Amino acid sequence: MAAKDVLGARGESIAADHLTRRGLRVLDRNWRGPSGELDLVLQDPASREVVVAEVKTRAGVAFGHPFEAITAAKLARLRRLAGEWCDAHPELAGAHPRVRIDAVAVIAPRDRPAVIEHLRGIF
Amino acid sequence: MPLARSHAVALLGIDGAIVQIEADISSNLPAFILIGLPDAALGEARDRVRAAAHNSGLAITARKLTVNLSPAALPKHGAAFDLAIAMAALAADGKVPAVSVDRVVHLGELALDGRLRPIPGALPAVLAASRAGYDTVVVPAGNADEARLVEGVRVVGVASLRDAAIWHGAELEPVECDPIPGPVAVDPDDDAGDLGDIVGNEDAVEAAQIAAAGGHHLFLLGPPGAGKTMLASRLPGLLPDLPAAEALEVASIRSLGGAPVGSRLRVRPPFEAPHHTASAVSMIGGGSGWIRPGAVVRAAHGVLFLDEAPEFPAAALDALRQPLESGVVAISLVNATARYPARFQLVLAANPCPCGLSGVDDRACTCSPFARRRYLGRLSGPLLDRIDIQLVVRRITAAQLRAAPTRPRTSVAARERVVAARAVAAERLAGTPWRLNAHVSGPWLRSPAGAPVRGATAALDRALVRGALTMRGYDRVLKLAWTICDLDGVDRPAADQIGRALYLRKAMAE
Repeated sequence: MAAKDVLGARGESIAADHLTRRGLRVLDRNWRGPSGELDLVLQDPASREVVVAEVKTRAGVAFGHPFEAITAAKLARLRRLAGEWCDAHPELAGAHPRVRIDAVAVIAPRDRPAVIEHLRGIF
Repeated sequence: MPLARSHAVALLGIDGAIVQIEADISSNLPAFILIGLPDAALGEARDRVRAAAHNSGLAITARKLTVNLSPAALPKHGAAFDLAIAMAALAADGKVPAVSVDRVVHLGELALDGRLRPIPGALPAVLAASRAGYDTVVVPAGNADEARLVEGVRVVGVASLRDAAIWHGAELEPVECDPIPGPVAVDPDDDAGDLGDIVGNEDAVEAAQIAAAGGHHLFLLGPPGAGKTMLASRLPGLLPDLPAAEALEVASIRSLGGAPVGSRLRVRPPFEAPHHTASAVSMIGGGSGWIRPGAVVRAAHGVLFLDEAPEFPAAALDALRQPLESGVVAISLVNATARYPARFQLVLAANPCPCGLSGVDDRACTCSPFARRRYLGRLSGPLLDRIDIQLVVRRITAAQLRAAPTRPRTSVAARERVVAARAVAAERLAGTPWRLNAHVSGPWLRSPAGAPVRGATAALDRALVRGALTMRGYDRVLKLAWTICDLDGVDRPAADQIGRALYLRKAMAE
């Protein structure tokens, strides 16, 4: 596994822990669909929504904030993938009338605790 | 607080309107959205602000930033909004105290390194902020001197975005930087040349003083080398110092054109001498997006000199008619009209024919009668009709050069005479809307206050009956006669003054 993939995997688990502490429940991780991959799929019991979370992890902000890496094309793909996930899981999707797309930035320097930022409903 | 406000000024002509700049940060992916009718240069503010803020150690938020310039319908142009946009964005992000940012007007263009560049039009913008009731204005250090010409406003000159943030109370260490200087000011009060430089030409020198005293427009007709240009360039030296309000307008126009203004208000009237290839737009002003003041506007409260007047394009000359009449230039764009002051004194100079020798040495003149007639015919009737003094200037003869001047002339002495004459006129015209003889109306000239000595107009009446004078020309002779009275200390025009006034109008009648 390349260093960037190790960092990415670490970021995704940090993000999953963070969102779980916020009351969300993880439904799926690294789900592969026809258009690509979803990092995290969760359910939000409070708002009865399926939450598709894109996790961006960086060791620092020298090359820009992690959120800046989420482009319009990326967003469009997330939206398409969210639909594909719902088609693939009709029983879970049927219980939740709405789908939300979130972004989670994890800035995880080697020697300090990670900083997590969470944006709800970025579409 | 995710919402903050700041203020800037949108200029239209020399008037400005306050623009409120709102910045909102919402929880969404990073974006910088600028709305509210920005032009291309202002639309690029996004990239300047982002880079400048980053290089000042005050990065713009990594969220969605929406900046609105309101009122949205007002067209805004140029880069002078950069500082206000940056301060509003930083205040919305909590990096700078929002209460402090909301209270002041910010002007300035940002360099990518975070320093502030001076802007054109800083003076009228600060004036507009002052009129709108703001007492503090933050300007680039390079504009601070001219901004301080406005009384009653606290001007804060800052060298960089970081300095501005520190002034508002941001807890940052100051970083030394070289301020970007504004245009270098020249010595503010120099008039080109002195009246003493002119040899002979008594008539023309007297005519220049009459023109200066009464605010009359002047037309000089004569062969090359007769001293027309020399005389015209001495006219501003004869005019009195500008009152504060007019000096501020002149300085505002200089500021708009990007010319240096300096730290002291220039009180000498401006002198503009456009080249004869000037187009109508360069005379009046124009441009897409924002309207640059033309020569007519730069000459406001001063002298506009058109040398070789018949060589100007007809459109450029006729464009003068509206400002000559109304004293303002109004230029309409798609969605706005800019107004500039344009009350100037016009001086035209012309040769009598294309070769210039007609009337001097008729045998040497190579122009056909048709060419001569057509040459001066380029000056349209309606334009010449507005020019009170039409004088023939002759070449100096050897005898005149040898003759010692009876008393030395100086611009200073002539100006004192002009100031005294203007004071007499102002006293007589107290209670009317006019201050100068050139501006009074025909009815006033026939009222008891303005009528000449009874019977003094006999020569004038004959000229009117003969058809040699129009009614408008008749009034202009009377106005000139009044100015001659003011200069000579005579109470009311009599036959002598009217005779001299008629002489000053005869160039085109020859």
